[in-house]
Amino acid sequence: MPVPHTASVPEATTDRALRAYLHGLPGVDEVGARARAQDLSTRSIKTTAKARAIDLAVSMVDLTTLEGADTPGKVRALCAKAALPDPTDRTVPHVGAVCVYPDMVAVAVEALRGTGIGVASVATAFPAGRAPMEVKLADTRRAVADGASEIDMVIDRGAFLSGDYLKVHEEIVAVKEACGDAHLKVILETGELVTLDNVRRASHLAMRAGGDFVKTSTGKVSPAATLPVTLVMLEAVRDHHAATGRRVGVKPAGGIRTTKDALRNLVLVNETAGPEWLTPDLFRIGASSLLNDLLMQRTRLSTGTYPGPDYYTQD
Amino acid sequence: MTSADGTHLANASRASRKDARDAVVAARKAFGGWSGRTAYNRGQILYRVAEVMEGRREQFAARLVEAGGVTPAEAERTVSAAVDRWVYYAGWTDKYVQVLGGSNPVAGPFHNHSAPEPTGVVAVFAPQDAPLLGLTSVLAPVIATGNTAVVVTSEAAPLAAIELAEVLATSDLPGGVVNLLTGGAGEIGPHLASHADVNALDLTGAGEHAVEFERAAATTLTRVLRPGPEATGGEDAWIGVDPGTSRLTPFLETKTVWHPVGV
Repeated sequence: MPVPHTASVPEATTDRALRAYLHGLPGVDEVGARARAQDLSTRSIKTTAKARAIDLAVSMVDLTTLEGADTPGKVRALCAKAALPDPTDRTVPHVGAVCVYPDMVAVAVEALRGTGIGVASVATAFPAGRAPMEVKLADTRRAVADGASEIDMVIDRGAFLSGDYLKVHEEIVAVKEACGDAHLKVILETGELVTLDNVRRASHLAMRAGGDFVKTSTGKVSPAATLPVTLVMLEAVRDHHAATGRRVGVKPAGGIRTTKDALRNLVLVNETAGPEWLTPDLFRIGASSLLNDLLMQRTRLSTGTYPGPDYYTQD
Repeated sequence: MTSADGTHLANASRASRKDARDAVVAARKAFGGWSGRTAYNRGQILYRVAEVMEGRREQFAARLVEAGGVTPAEAERTVSAAVDRWVYYAGWTDKYVQVLGGSNPVAGPFHNHSAPEPTGVVAVFAPQDAPLLGLTSVLAPVIATGNTAVVVTSEAAPLAAIELAEVLATSDLPGGVVNLLTGGAGEIGPHLASHADVNALDLTGAGEHAVEFERAAATTLTRVLRPGPEATGGEDAWIGVDPGTSRLTPFLETKTVWHPVGV
């Protein structure tokens, strides 16, 4: 059931207007959200439907490496895997994007030239977001100048939690402007937002400020992308579309490691936001180890025998 | 499960393809830790299995009498032999490397050493008509050398295996090292044989399916131990036979290191 809007999207952006809007959003029934997510996660998807879902999930993966130990070589290897996930089976679609730190964008862009795969870069002092505004904007501009087609920014959770919604809003607007043509994904870091009410508010705030995607987590904080959180965010994008006509994407990231997890997310998308969101343009999964599990399940379906992890590249 | 005279004994779960799949995942997860333990520690744990089994010998004997129609004296003898077999392989854990490995004479300025290392995850088809001593005799050598095991037990008489599972669970054996599946080899076997994450097969109890499983295993270059003459001889076929290293070597791979000397 769509959540009725008690407040329409306000025109004026003042602290008072934002607060009135965000606190006017209906509260989230935490128990209900958990029960709904649990209920939907018991759906059984088998045979041909499973095969299609796996291919869809592969095309939605933002293949990610965000380690201090990343090297150009590792990023290039990841890009090769993004373009051709399973070298023994060319019918596997390529992934949605490759997600790297800003200094690796140029390497990834070069490696992915001609493949049609986008490069997403985390920016704005990922993962903590604790840096002066000029630094965050410079971070963003540099990544875009190097060829990133998507920017994953983190919100200032400290400001959000202390009720300074205007600051969060202005940061997102400024980063969006710095992005130019690049798509902006706004990372809420739901593991630090504590309540689902906050998740709903942060989602609406991010969408209102111009974010093209709302993303659950950095992957550096636990819990990351849990199903109830993704459910609330999917409800938010659905309601935003109903109110404004603009479709905002959702990207759960962190902790999605198995095909089963991925399929549960797809069920959630279909049942909450609707089938229009079942496209890499509007739903992404941020993951690193998930891709291998998807490939193993795909092999299992197509050959009938169980594959082993040794047959797939690590990162 | 029914006794030899047809009385109902218990219900045993019938493992499915998915149980086998999960068992392989558990065995793979446990492999690094188990193979990385010191040989001495693995030996301690195998001794402990023997000790705990000794403490429950009446129960094991009762299972054999119920199921197999053997006399209590015969059952006692089988249980004793099974306990001895655990002790036997516990002793081997810190000795097989010296016996099977060594330094090799080479015509060059190198030290050249060979050492046996565990193969990985071994799928074991336990003998159908030797539910305790036969099971012990095929399982113990696999884990003694640091492999982890997925075992398909005797389909007709799995109760002794379940009893053994309780012993293993209370003997400091890490979770996932031994995964016992009670069910039909014909049903679960094809999935284990063709599984790319299974490194070796012991086909002792595979019966009529042995050839089919060996074929399936070839696709992923899985090591195979074919059934020997003892496979269908009942518990008696395993008593009084010195196993030597014949069941240790099939699930070991030899690593050879060339090390330059001189300079």
